[in-house]
Amino acid sequence: MEDLSFQHRARERAGGTRQTAIIGVVASGNLEVLVERILSDAECRLEIKTAAVGFGEVWNAVIVDFVERYSPGGLKFSINDGGARPDTVSLRLAQAVRLIEEDDQ
Amino acid sequence: MTAPLKHAAQLSAERAQTTSFYEASARTRVELLLDSGSFVEFVGPEKREVSPHLKIFDLPEQFDDGIVVGRGRLDGSPVFVAAQEGRFMGGAFGEVHGAKLTGLLRAAREIESIPVLILFDTGGVRLQEANAGELAIAEIMRAVMEARTAGVKVIGLIGGRSGCYGGGGLIAGCCSALAVSEPGRIAVSGPEVIETNRGVEEFDSRDRALVWRTMGGKHRRLLGAADVFTDDTVQGFRDAALELLGLVGAFGLDKLQAEQVRLTDRLRSFGTCRDAIDIWAAEGISHAETVPDLPADQFISLANKIGRTSRDAR
Repeated sequence: MEDLSFQHRARERAGGTRQTAIIGVVASGNLEVLVERILSDAECRLEIKTAAVGFGEVWNAVIVDFVERYSPGGLKFSINDGGARPDTVSLRLAQAVRLIEEDDQ
Repeated sequence: MTAPLKHAAQLSAERAQTTSFYEASARTRVELLLDSGSFVEFVGPEKREVSPHLKIFDLPEQFDDGIVVGRGRLDGSPVFVAAQEGRFMGGAFGEVHGAKLTGLLRAAREIESIPVLILFDTGGVRLQEANAGELAIAEIMRAVMEARTAGVKVIGLIGGRSGCYGGGGLIAGCCSALAVSEPGRIAVSGPEVIETNRGVEEFDSRDRALVWRTMGGKHRRLLGAADVFTDDTVQGFRDAALELLGLVGAFGLDKLQAEQVRLTDRLRSFGTCRDAIDIWAAEGISHAETVPDLPADQFISLANKIGRTSRDAR
């Protein structure tokens, strides 16, 4: 297992009112993303526990692209990864933002 | 405000009809099984009550330890619900995973009037947590029986990719009633376990047709182990749960004794059969070999002709 942590500045606050959301499953080639609205509006943090050791640079590339595209300000992402490929990671991150941007029922 | 809410409920009902229970995640199953927007989770993923054991084995954790528990409404009435995630560690029972289900059942026992739905999807005990997992199974079985004794209906719904094996099969056997779909499998020892211990002559685990006609939903329905057979949709399981909640009666020692008699009779009637097809033929089904190919609706009408497990038992 390897722990990775990334901190970014976001252009703007993520929309919506939900406080938490979760997507995905920890399985081979898959991951779960727990997202919580607990940071200041310009901040974004990702904490990753991954079964695939030594892929920090790939994670960094995926996350830089994700923050640029979605501007997830105020959100903390906690990830348990079962060795997902970068495209799956991108998809789950996008799904997580989409979920938390829904209005609370 | 009412109009968009109604729209959400309709949307959810439509999704339940088109969503495969087998393919859906535990969270999607719960969301679509219960009345739209009614689910409230207990000890949710944000609490991070993860397994204390997996780290030792350098294995990834899941924030909910592979089981979603909480309360919600089914057709307006309150229910407790637990759903295992069959893709995380094969849905296996670990210490935290088991404790969440035990706690839910004990809450139901105290309240007495709210039924419990257990969406099984499990290979059994998580090997990395062997003793804690085995203890969890024993605690859950006791909690199921105590809840039932207190008047709680405990309904098992089985149609996930991991089936319902090992300790999960034992817990299912303790439930008030079970609903199953064709891909759902119910047993204690799984195909590979039997083959490893008794040899390929006894059971060829690679023979998928053999696995399904021995452990699959259709056979379990025809044997009386499962009370209701449903098509593989979340809506199908919702309807089955409602039907079973209407059927289940009071529980006591007389029920257990009747169940013992039913199982003894079953063994006497079918104990010498070599294959599930022999059992179906002995039950009076003509062209028994065609049962695995029957679509769900035709199978349900056939199974209803064969009859249903007597409600005196279980």
